[in-house]
Amino acid sequence: MIFNEKYEMMRKLYREFAETEFTDELLDRLEETGEFDWEIFHKMAEYGFTGVKIPKEYGGQGGDSIAYALMVEEFARVSPVLSLYANTSNSLGAGPLLYCGTEEQKQKYLTPVAKGEKIMVFCLTEPGAGSDAGGTLTTAVEDGDYYVLNGRKTFVSGAPIADYAIVYAKTDPTQRGSRGISMFILDLKLPGVTIGKPEHKMGIIGYPTSDVVMDNVRVHKSDLLGPLHKGFSTAMKTLDGGRLGVAAQALGIAQGALEESITYAKERKQFGRPISNFQAISFMIAEMATEIEAARELVYSTAEKKDAGDPESSKLCAMAKFFSAEMANRVCYKAVQIFGGYGYIKEYKVEKFYRDARITSIYEGTSQVQQMVISGNLLR
Amino acid sequence: MKYIVCVKQVPDTSGKVAVKEDGTMDRSKMATIINPDDLNAVEAALTLKDKNPEAKVIVVSMGPPPAAKMMHELLAMGADEAVLVSGREFGGSDTFATSQILAGAIAHIGLEQDDIVFCGRQAIDGDTAQVGPQIAEKLDLPQVSYAADIEQEAGKLKVKRILEDGYMVIEAPTPCLITCIKELNQPRYMTVKGILEFDQKPYTVFDFETLKDEPLIELDTIGLKGSPTNVYKSFSPPVKGAGITVEPTAEGIGSMVSTLAAKHII
Repeated sequence: MIFNEKYEMMRKLYREFAETEFTDELLDRLEETGEFDWEIFHKMAEYGFTGVKIPKEYGGQGGDSIAYALMVEEFARVSPVLSLYANTSNSLGAGPLLYCGTEEQKQKYLTPVAKGEKIMVFCLTEPGAGSDAGGTLTTAVEDGDYYVLNGRKTFVSGAPIADYAIVYAKTDPTQRGSRGISMFILDLKLPGVTIGKPEHKMGIIGYPTSDVVMDNVRVHKSDLLGPLHKGFSTAMKTLDGGRLGVAAQALGIAQGALEESITYAKERKQFGRPISNFQAISFMIAEMATEIEAARELVYSTAEKKDAGDPESSKLCAMAKFFSAEMANRVCYKAVQIFGGYGYIKEYKVEKFYRDARITSIYEGTSQVQQMVISGNLLR
Repeated sequence: MKYIVCVKQVPDTSGKVAVKEDGTMDRSKMATIINPDDLNAVEAALTLKDKNPEAKVIVVSMGPPPAAKMMHELLAMGADEAVLVSGREFGGSDTFATSQILAGAIAHIGLEQDDIVFCGRQAIDGDTAQVGPQIAEKLDLPQVSYAADIEQEAGKLKVKRILEDGYMVIEAPTPCLITCIKELNQPRYMTVKGILEFDQKPYTVFDFETLKDEPLIELDTIGLKGSPTNVYKSFSPPVKGAGITVEPTAEGIGSMVSTLAAKHII
């Protein structure tokens, strides 16, 4: 895709920001402590990155899906975990509010989320309901002006640092599968909400993930989001945008791993010459670069088509995530291979890229779920 | 209130230097960046604007049409208006000619009581540090060079100047001209909103026709022909090898003497 001047300027902005602000010291600290770094988050918020794709009237920057994908890609190229910091508010956090929030809900919740003053996360997955989100066991029962929520959500990215969560709960137990589910805006400070202990993860360390447990939590009816019993279709729409973000993240990870590999292959000498002179290495680099370029075109064109309201965009988002995530895993495997023993040592960036790439084919729908979405679209 | 900032697009000197037959640089063949000190000047103006939101930041540059890209970035950073001084008649100007033209352009925009003109200390291509002070002279403005801290009070500025052997804090009345050094601030980034909206801000090109009647501009001392400076030759200096450090001990000095002797230097 040939970008106009504005997209080129955005790429330059994101790249300069990431290369300057995501210092080695910060990346090491995230990896060692696993803790969320508020300082860099506030800096991202100050520059409006938390609201890149949110309309200006709600405190966002008013960018489109390409502006968003470019940001996630360029941030992930330097730090996959920090790309999540500015991602959530633009995808799973704000998505449901943008799709079906009332004006009052948008003013109350979307604006502070866009500005990075508040953090909103997405609670869909449960211990027994992952890929099969229709198996949701969390319930919401009407009681006067309130709904009473009970249940446990798991693997909630950002829960320990969040103010609000979008929660999916069964409101009509007589309806089966994904029907009869509603969406709620949950203030995580309400009585009865417990945030679990952060999980010890393989990668994206520095963005805590935990359970959210609800024990008779009273949520006011004004915080019911979208139509009653019909929350699941919004979840699916939100996940389309989220999948584009994960595809862009995988793309950035692969690009970062490729650049590390090129530099190293030219420096590292074996048998009296740089290893880049060996076809075994140079062909791996050619393959990595080609796959990255293919994913890049798919991600950008999907972003453009999604904004244009293409009826195929749900399938395309699944394709972009499926291909880009699997591609990133293949590329990072090769990157570690090119580095040899050094690639297995934590001081080298490709070791982290390799671990961070792994999540992209799992969260927001595994590669296999993406294949279900794609084939479901083709075979209906 | 206006903050006028002079900026220059310069070759990225971390890349290769291309030279034309007449000895001047072939800028069209080199990657370009915004002169780093000028970014500090822009930030200085934007920082003051943050405190006085009614003030307007106008960036002014002399250069060929591709300099528009740089001006767009400055608008996306937060500048309110951009003026590109561009015309064949201005091409090849040295510092003497350039400062005349820029002074003419600033006079054309107009300076009022509270206005400040900002420049970077020097450009990384010529390294002369002459244009800022020469503009001040031509506009008959007080000038403060090497600014590392600026405070604006009613009708005057308090500026900290950093010099090689110390610093001084001085006051200057406005309007005045300040040249900025990198110690002054950390330039901000563009914003996405700024990028999306830069083309809604005023962007003006001053060509020869616009400026030819400005009294500060003498038509026979502008452009390559009118410039008193003659460039003899431009080249990339050869890369020097790493030096050898010796300890100031009898042993260290002895080894240095024997190395110099072995190379027949002494």
